[in-house]
Amino acid sequence: MSEEEDEIILSELSDEELTLQMHDDLYDGLKEEIEEGVNILLERGWQPYDVLTKALVEGMRIVGIDFRDGILFVPEVLLAANAMKGGMAILKPLLAETGAPRLGNMVIGTVKGDIHDIGKNLVTMMMEGAGFEVKDLGINNPVENYIEALETGEFDILGMSALLTTTMPYMKVVIDTMVEKGMRDDYTVLVGGAPLNEEFGKAIGADAYCRDAAVAVETAKEFMAKKHNQVSA
Amino acid sequence: MSEKLQKLLDTQGWILTDGATGTNLFNMGLEAGEAPEMWNDWHPDRITKLYQGAVDAGSDMFLTNSFGGNAARLKLHNAQSRARELSRISAEIGREVADKAGRDVIVAGSMGPTGDIMLPVGTLSHADAVEIFEEQATGLVEGGADVLWVETISAPEEYAAAAEAIGNIGAPWCGTMSFDTAGRTMMGVTSNGMVDMVNGMDYKPFAFGANCGVGASDLLRTILGMSAANPDRPLIAKGNAGIPKYVDGHIHYNGTPTLMAEYAVLARDCGASIIGGCCGTMPEHLAAMRKSLESTQKGETPDLALIAERMGDFSSADDGTTARTGETRTRRRRRD
Repeated sequence: MSEEEDEIILSELSDEELTLQMHDDLYDGLKEEIEEGVNILLERGWQPYDVLTKALVEGMRIVGIDFRDGILFVPEVLLAANAMKGGMAILKPLLAETGAPRLGNMVIGTVKGDIHDIGKNLVTMMMEGAGFEVKDLGINNPVENYIEALETGEFDILGMSALLTTTMPYMKVVIDTMVEKGMRDDYTVLVGGAPLNEEFGKAIGADAYCRDAAVAVETAKEFMAKKHNQVSA
Repeated sequence: MSEKLQKLLDTQGWILTDGATGTNLFNMGLEAGEAPEMWNDWHPDRITKLYQGAVDAGSDMFLTNSFGGNAARLKLHNAQSRARELSRISAEIGREVADKAGRDVIVAGSMGPTGDIMLPVGTLSHADAVEIFEEQATGLVEGGADVLWVETISAPEEYAAAAEAIGNIGAPWCGTMSFDTAGRTMMGVTSNGMVDMVNGMDYKPFAFGANCGVGASDLLRTILGMSAANPDRPLIAKGNAGIPKYVDGHIHYNGTPTLMAEYAVLARDCGASIIGGCCGTMPEHLAAMRKSLESTQKGETPDLALIAERMGDFSSADDGTTARTGETRTRRRRRD
């Protein structure tokens, strides 16, 4: 392929081609190109919500699949999420103005006694990349921090992370407290971390165990879709 | 200083390292979330006991209690200014235990990851990482470590930063990565990729390999992948004692001493010559490993089917060392 053919002018592409190109550009983590693409689609009269879902969220979905399947790894995913964030920064105020439906809000934190944060940060970035709003409580959170955040009423999903076999049982303390307060069923509780597994997630009463950040995003989407269906039913 | 390692390899053919640090310290009362490195100062008696446990079980070498003793990790406990000091003490205690052992025991100064993601995807610069590692390495050497031991690394950039830091002070070192994501490191390094990476380094480790990760099966597959790439230096296998299981509110590693004894022999058959355990590996495991290594000779290289049969299934179908056979994504033209 000659250099001339390599040159792609985004503004000369049709809507469909541009959307596909943006999926590839997200895959390659090209932030400036994503920002340019978002602006072009908006200038062409696209609704901010359509730009978000058809160009960005769909592109990140492909990234998520290849991450799940072991084709992409953390460095590539972080670059993609960073590019996504560039596009989101343009869309966010417009989405608020147009009253577009939101995907869901999540509060996330590493549990008490555990100071690991890479996994949690990855989930946060991937969730934001998928269009969720995420509040990050950081590391070493006692049960009070989670409850306090949930009681603000802003959240649909609670995410808990633990990287130590000694700290993962604390997740049950948080869930038990939610049950005591009669608020457990108001939230989707997702748990994750290297030493966890599905069996453990079930044993402590979480809604789902998420093996990695990509699975967390897909699981969150499923639960939010179920929730919307229940409300409209 | 790495002559000690070489001497042991020459006389014995293999070296038995130690097992878990965290799992042992939790059993002595370490609270989750506490920095184990503080115990070097607060409870030197317990750290002595930790090291002594490995020595008494027959380890030729043990790691110091300094895995998270770098300024980036200690910062989470507001102890970032104590990185050099706490690392030094961990090695001093180790020196004392080793010198009393009555045989050659090597003190390896443990250096874990910074916990930060490096530029360009993360925030930690190469220069800062080198500084962080150099400070810790200096403390460990001051305390009397025979060799520096970089472990559980995921990113090639971080491995390189540690190498440069240790090169700056001219100490011998070994370095392992953790292959925990479908047979690769979290950052995507494959087993044969690590061999290439080490081959291309300026300040090479004495030995390299894998530690921690998923279970014994995965770790052995990683060692097989490294052996197949013709490494020009010793390989290290430090695997977990099975996989953690949650039983009645407590965590158990399902690897028995018998399983770990078999793992040690298989690790040697796979091409590793520096063999030990990681999380969940207690003195009783080490003693069983020593016994099995001593009572057998290096055998034929096992295949994956044999490893799965003896150690359990792998966590993923492939580990990235073979060409992908499945569907690949059709890409549009790449933009540069």
